[in-house]
Amino acid sequence: MSKSREALIDPLFNNNPIALQVLGICSALAVTTQMDTALVMSAAVVFVLLFSNLFVSLLRNQIPTNIRIIVQLTIIASLVIVVDQVLKAYLFEISKQLSVFVGLIITNCIIMGRAEAYAMQNPPRMSMIDGIGNGLGYAVILAGTAVIRELFGSGSLMGVQVLALAGEGGWYTPNGLMVLSPGAFFIIGFFIWAIRVWKPAQVEQE
Amino acid sequence: MEHYLNLAVKAIFVENMALAFFLGMCSFLAVSKRVSTALGLGAAVIFVLTVTVPLNNLVYAYALKPGALAWLSPSLAEIDLSFLGFLTFIGTIAAMTQIVEMTLDRFAPALYAALGIFLPLIAVNCAILGASLWMMERNYNLVESAVFGFGSGVGWALAIVALAGIRERLRYSNPPAGLRGLGLTFIIVGLMAIGFMAFAGVQL
Repeated sequence: MSKSREALIDPLFNNNPIALQVLGICSALAVTTQMDTALVMSAAVVFVLLFSNLFVSLLRNQIPTNIRIIVQLTIIASLVIVVDQVLKAYLFEISKQLSVFVGLIITNCIIMGRAEAYAMQNPPRMSMIDGIGNGLGYAVILAGTAVIRELFGSGSLMGVQVLALAGEGGWYTPNGLMVLSPGAFFIIGFFIWAIRVWKPAQVEQE
Repeated sequence: MEHYLNLAVKAIFVENMALAFFLGMCSFLAVSKRVSTALGLGAAVIFVLTVTVPLNNLVYAYALKPGALAWLSPSLAEIDLSFLGFLTFIGTIAAMTQIVEMTLDRFAPALYAALGIFLPLIAVNCAILGASLWMMERNYNLVESAVFGFGSGVGWALAIVALAGIRERLRYSNPPAGLRGLGLTFIIVGLMAIGFMAFAGVQL
């Protein structure tokens, strides 16, 4: 029990896929200008990661080593097609905003990375838990970045206006940097700094 | 001609793959410690992008998009296979990198030795798949997609080489312990992105 707990909790802060393993950063930066896109994206990644880990783990003894990358990519791409079609059917607006980034879940290194590093060696149940844990670790950073970017960049949360904008008679002047790409880099950089000050064991040695 | 030049300039500077769309970030951060390796990976990305984007464009135009199969027989004009895009594109990319690797190994061993380890990595570089997906999203034709693929490759290579140059110098700096390595790299990339924003609105 404690082992599966560890697989679930560890990726949140101790071994975070984005902050420590440097995986899956592309989409983390691109979809975080708003809370709702970030949450939908996180849900999509958790789903794909959970099932890709499960299927790769179930097939791990059948997959020939030479072509394992192609097999893993096929499994992942099929799952992403499912996610994409579901989003298009039920959340069309958000799927338009996410545009190519849903498709890019295929090449999100978290998913390939966990399939390769964990699911190829471990039984299905543990792999599923590892998938959920890493997906949540990704979601934590995404949600945190999105809160900061949406709140300070457009004065709202989940599309609801929290800070009254100066342009509409309020007091808050939105910080345009937060919505643009450099803002995302800065916020994740500071996030990593904060996590490493909190957990000094993660500091990189030269 | 002007249209294509404009498209290339836009892909290289204004809509830089790495700095404006965050594509290919994993290898962008992981392989930017030295200029020489960054150059190798950059060259490989340019090459693969220039080949795969037009190739995927052909696949999309003649097999996947709504009504694309009409050239086979008029009865197939109803079929829309565009949902298979992800799977076919990633297949094309994986196959292409494999072919490129084998061709280089056979005909240009020196180049192969230089790019060697990076070629397999490229199959899962999101910049490659991203460019193909943008191509589908924006409905480029064959020539446009070749120019776009080349341009985005050059832009990505430019960004990674510049970052590697900065990081080489950074080794002599003394940042706070928690910021060392990844954190500081992010902040530098942010500053570079601000620099590239100066190109916004550039048109020929």
